[in-house]
Amino acid sequence: MPEPTPDAVPPVGADGNRDLDRYAEGSLEPGLVVAQANLYVSAVESGGEGTRRVGRGLGIGAWLAIGWLAFIVIVAVLAQLGVLPLKDPNRSYVSCARRGPFSTDGTASGFLLGCDSNGRDMIARLAYGSWSSLIVATGAVLFGLVFGGTFGLIAGYFGRRTDAVITSLFNVFLAIPAVVLALALVAFLAGAAASTGRSSVDPKLILILAIGIVSIPLLGRITRASALSWSQREFVLAARAQGAKPVRIMLREVLPNVLPAMFSITLLGIAVAIVAEGTLSILGVGVRPPTPSWGNIIGLDRGRLKESPHIIFLPALMIFFTVLSLNFLGDVVRARLDVRESAV
Amino acid sequence: MAALRLIARRFLQLAVVLLLVTFFTFSLVRLLPGDPAKTIIPFGSDQQRAALAKDLGLDKPFLQQYVNYLGIPVIKSEGTTGLLQGNLGRKYSTNQPVGELIKQSLPVSIQLVIYAQLVALALAIPLGVLTAYRAGTRTDRAVNTTAFGFLALPNFVLALLLSYVIGARLKWLPTAGYEPGWLDPLFDSARTPSVEHLKYMVLPVITLAVGQVAIYMRLLRSDMIATLQENFITMAKAKGVPNRRILFRHALRPSSLTLLTVAGLNVGTLIGGAIVVEVIFGIPGMGTQIATAIAAREYVELQSYIFVLAFIFVLINFVVDFCYILLDPRIRRARADA
Repeated sequence: MPEPTPDAVPPVGADGNRDLDRYAEGSLEPGLVVAQANLYVSAVESGGEGTRRVGRGLGIGAWLAIGWLAFIVIVAVLAQLGVLPLKDPNRSYVSCARRGPFSTDGTASGFLLGCDSNGRDMIARLAYGSWSSLIVATGAVLFGLVFGGTFGLIAGYFGRRTDAVITSLFNVFLAIPAVVLALALVAFLAGAAASTGRSSVDPKLILILAIGIVSIPLLGRITRASALSWSQREFVLAARAQGAKPVRIMLREVLPNVLPAMFSITLLGIAVAIVAEGTLSILGVGVRPPTPSWGNIIGLDRGRLKESPHIIFLPALMIFFTVLSLNFLGDVVRARLDVRESAV
Repeated sequence: MAALRLIARRFLQLAVVLLLVTFFTFSLVRLLPGDPAKTIIPFGSDQQRAALAKDLGLDKPFLQQYVNYLGIPVIKSEGTTGLLQGNLGRKYSTNQPVGELIKQSLPVSIQLVIYAQLVALALAIPLGVLTAYRAGTRTDRAVNTTAFGFLALPNFVLALLLSYVIGARLKWLPTAGYEPGWLDPLFDSARTPSVEHLKYMVLPVITLAVGQVAIYMRLLRSDMIATLQENFITMAKAKGVPNRRILFRHALRPSSLTLLTVAGLNVGTLIGGAIVVEVIFGIPGMGTQIATAIAAREYVELQSYIFVLAFIFVLINFVVDFCYILLDPRIRRARADA
């Protein structure tokens, strides 16, 4: 039987025994934790852990991931600014409708990636769609980080009653499956906007709010766990002994140390949020057409899967590469930060 | 005795979570600005609205409405029924009781999730054991890289991919539809199981299982690596026990605690995750019902679905906890001391 290499030491959260010890101390709620963190942890755990060491440059995989993300972001921003020589994403070219690579009707000249069922240029729709997908996902995660982070920090720093109350509030939201909660929030928020006559509210904002609210307890728990351990360090005690106020200690002493954990989870969170937008779009409550997003391009033409698969699989590929890149980078960041933390 | 107190405390905690969930969904509907009857059924007739106002007791104060919704005996308004009496409200567009709809759709979803779990575990356990045994080798890295790739594949992309390649191109399996399975008759006598059932389930089950395999495999791998360093494994090796027996008989059981916990708790989450899969493959489960309810803005119906899902989640949580406490004496003792 081979000796397990030091590389194979499992990351926090994947380590069953460490969980058990924490459980015994009473700091770990049974079961719940594992399931809740699932969404993020699953992504975290998936990496080839520990294969990267300090001092080495980023691997080719990381550079590919960075390259792809940079490409997507630049395309999205330039398309939105109207700098790119793209066709109008909402203009229909009848001769091109449903045609494209792999389509049973063949391709149309002048449209490299073909058109959707309404004859709208796929390249233009994908480029403009990148903007919607990225802005919704990033906005939602930032929202979740600000609120989840604040709650997590407070719970982790004060502990005791405060911690118990905030943690059980998180648990309430975690008892509802994430997709269902997001669906319900979109429906309620859209209903609220409609019934107060504010139907002009950007539907993207509603999505950002809905996905953001769902991510609060998930991001909050991670912040809380990190804040909890940092708050017990000597320098926090020293600050308190010098008479610093809790807010100051939290912002000046605890937060800077918690930030790395929050940052590594941000990349994974954005990946999850992109998938969430796609899922909601398929269910008909994503970014509202005619504005394209990767998700709603798929959602609108799902019925054309057989004759014009390019309409579905081109945006699907965009989602796949983006999520893969984000997961990969998130993993790299996490691996590097873990090393730094253990060196303290 | 101590274990009993522990269980009682967990039960209370979970009951509180459930209560707060109902309060949250209830408040969401009531706190929408404007006339609730109009918001709840925007496309309904005046008659339907009047029925709704009567059902919900909209003329009563907020807290009394909530009490009625829960159906707490003694303090609820006379002649009303709530959740405790099994009243899950009505779908206002068709006037069907939501309880009936759940009876028909929930078994379909649970069945799908059970299949997916079994397939996922059947694949993940051997893979987890293999990668732990060969930790750090090329096999380990190959399996991990593949799993990493699959994790980046959203459910709906995989569903559409399978449905295109295996359904539309190769024509091996149907791409949409449903035939009753073994769980359906338990709830709804109108359906009888058939062999066709399995054909319709293959693609959705694969879709749901693939994402789980990667997660379960990684969990088992890390626990297994820790277990393989224990003294009793060295002992077994010294005695000359064959590797296969050490892995599956000696090491697997103590390593599977985390895996089983996650797998158990995942059932609730998977029912939620199954929504998009059900919609894509046209399976008449809870997911399809939820999607329809959202599209039709059936808030009361939606409220009940959320309640049922949260209830399942909390129930499974409790059972898993219970098993945990029974299985691991360390937890029992530590908690009793606290």
